[in-house]
Amino acid sequence: MSESNLLSKKTNRRTFIVKVLLLYSSFVAVVISIPVVGALLAPLFRKTPETWRSVGSVDNFKVGKTVLVKFRDASPLPWSGITAQTASWLRRESTDEFIAFSVNCAHLGCPVRWIADAEIFLCPCHGGVYNKDGSYAAGPPPHGLAKYPVRVKNNEVEILSSPIPITNI
Amino acid sequence: MSDKLKKIWLWFDKRTKISGVVGPLAKHLVPPDSKWSYVFGSATLFAFILQVVTGVALALMYQPTSASAYKSLQYITNEAPLGDVLRGIHYFGASAMILLIGIHMIRVYLLAAYKYPREMSWISGVILLALTLGMGFTGQLLRWDSNGVWSAIVGAEQAGRIPVIGTWLARFLIAGKTLGGATLSRFFAFHVFLIPALLFGIIGLHIFLVIKNGISEPPKSGRPVDPENYESWYDKMLKDKGVPFWPNAAWRDITFGLIVVMIILLLAFFVGPPKIGTPPDPANINSNPRPDWYFLWIFALFALMPREIESYAIAFGPIIIGFILILLPIVFNKGERSPFRRPWSFMIVIFIVTMIGTLWHEGILSPWSPDFNAKPLPEKVIGNVGPDARFGADLMYKKACLYCHNISGDGGHRGPNLTRVGNRLTREELKIRIVNGGGNMPAFGGTLSAKELSALVSFLETRKDSILTENK
Repeated sequence: MSESNLLSKKTNRRTFIVKVLLLYSSFVAVVISIPVVGALLAPLFRKTPETWRSVGSVDNFKVGKTVLVKFRDASPLPWSGITAQTASWLRRESTDEFIAFSVNCAHLGCPVRWIADAEIFLCPCHGGVYNKDGSYAAGPPPHGLAKYPVRVKNNEVEILSSPIPITNI
Repeated sequence: MSDKLKKIWLWFDKRTKISGVVGPLAKHLVPPDSKWSYVFGSATLFAFILQVVTGVALALMYQPTSASAYKSLQYITNEAPLGDVLRGIHYFGASAMILLIGIHMIRVYLLAAYKYPREMSWISGVILLALTLGMGFTGQLLRWDSNGVWSAIVGAEQAGRIPVIGTWLARFLIAGKTLGGATLSRFFAFHVFLIPALLFGIIGLHIFLVIKNGISEPPKSGRPVDPENYESWYDKMLKDKGVPFWPNAAWRDITFGLIVVMIILLLAFFVGPPKIGTPPDPANINSNPRPDWYFLWIFALFALMPREIESYAIAFGPIIIGFILILLPIVFNKGERSPFRRPWSFMIVIFIVTMIGTLWHEGILSPWSPDFNAKPLPEKVIGNVGPDARFGADLMYKKACLYCHNISGDGGHRGPNLTRVGNRLTREELKIRIVNGGGNMPAFGGTLSAKELSALVSFLETRKDSILTENK
């Protein structure tokens, strides 16, 4: 074997080892990034149990009236404090029919206010307006207010603690 | 004593060789006429350093949890020694950074300093702009009152418009399906660790490029940039006419930077930080979320855009703008730099500044927002009218007409001013408008009784010159 051949063989072995090391390093990097990316994405995969929250006895609500009710999110983190609270505009449509509207405007999520005498929901941010049945009335929102599942159980009105409605295209 | 200090320095320098790095950097040659228009980039850096320092100080006291941040903010503002000044510096420092980046960008665009070989300086600058706006948004949120909470939701809703991954992205931002314990921790980590780390890296690249490619010389009409020979021409120009950066150019950077810092300090001291609002309760619907001033024009845009295209504009607008900004130096990498040979550059800057300025002005007034503080019409405004019209005047308030319509100075500004509506509309026309609504007005046909409608119209009919002057 000539001198130059030997040299190139030596270089080959060296580059091979470097390549193996690089490959191994990227493997280690990938392994380390799993828990890191996991922490970033964990909230997306966190299971929340189906939780019905009581917002009061049926008799508290008058037919034809819309009132603000407050309840807790489904399985909030122990350190959430006040941010575990959620609200809904609850309307008693008839003796046994309730509608629970999300307070989030369908435009950009700002909290809408119920103007009882005029029977409309108004958004303070960009002036979205909704009718008493939550349907779109005026302003920039692309559609009406979202609704939460609501039921009557043991003479209590219960709302299903649900995700914040996100408006998609 | 000074001999001893000198000895220590020499020992240190011999081992670190720091003077060998800093010396040539300080003395490197720059074009002779780079004067006051060149100070905005360095001033942005001064403001950034101020943000890092005050940010660390705030983090010493801030509690980054959804439950206790509010209390710690009140402590910082009301009890900690000079805590409110600290918050003020951080707020006005952020404002200064965004303002200075805007001026810096306009300067670089007008003088076409982004052309060969400085394309990457512009592109890294665009990334720095995006990161700084990210800092502005997350920072406003860390002021964790009801405005902060609702801003998080507004941000998530905007992300939600992006096709396919929208809902996923929205939940990624607020760290869950609802706002809660994980939300603030996330924004804190972004604001304090993630985005600053990226900022440090890309600011490093941005400055490295300025040093490697040199400061762009002031442009001259009829001296186009030619990538073939620009660098050899630039090197020769520097050798012939260049002046050392320190002190010939640096004194202007330092002077202007100090002025900026002084203004920030004065504003922090005499104006103070933004007030902390009501507690961060997502069930408190009496919140009126508003972004800080630098996003107010976008807030206005959301109110004024045609409804049909808005969702698409929210989803694709930022992507298209980013794309155009990044392509700019790649497409226009050579040729004339002088703004007098590029009249369009003036037009574009004037157009963008006017657009943002107008939207910003609208954002401050927010005429589209209903006036929830509207009061019943005062006697003086109602005047001497019949019982039917008087009942109508009461309904103007009760039925929320005054939230959007103004009568003689009372009420909101969303809808047309009704002070003299009787001059332009007849009884029948008024009825049709109220019953059917139209434009941005909801239809009130379903909620008003015939008697109420008649009363409202009777009142509005009295809003005309002949009657109003008679009453006076």
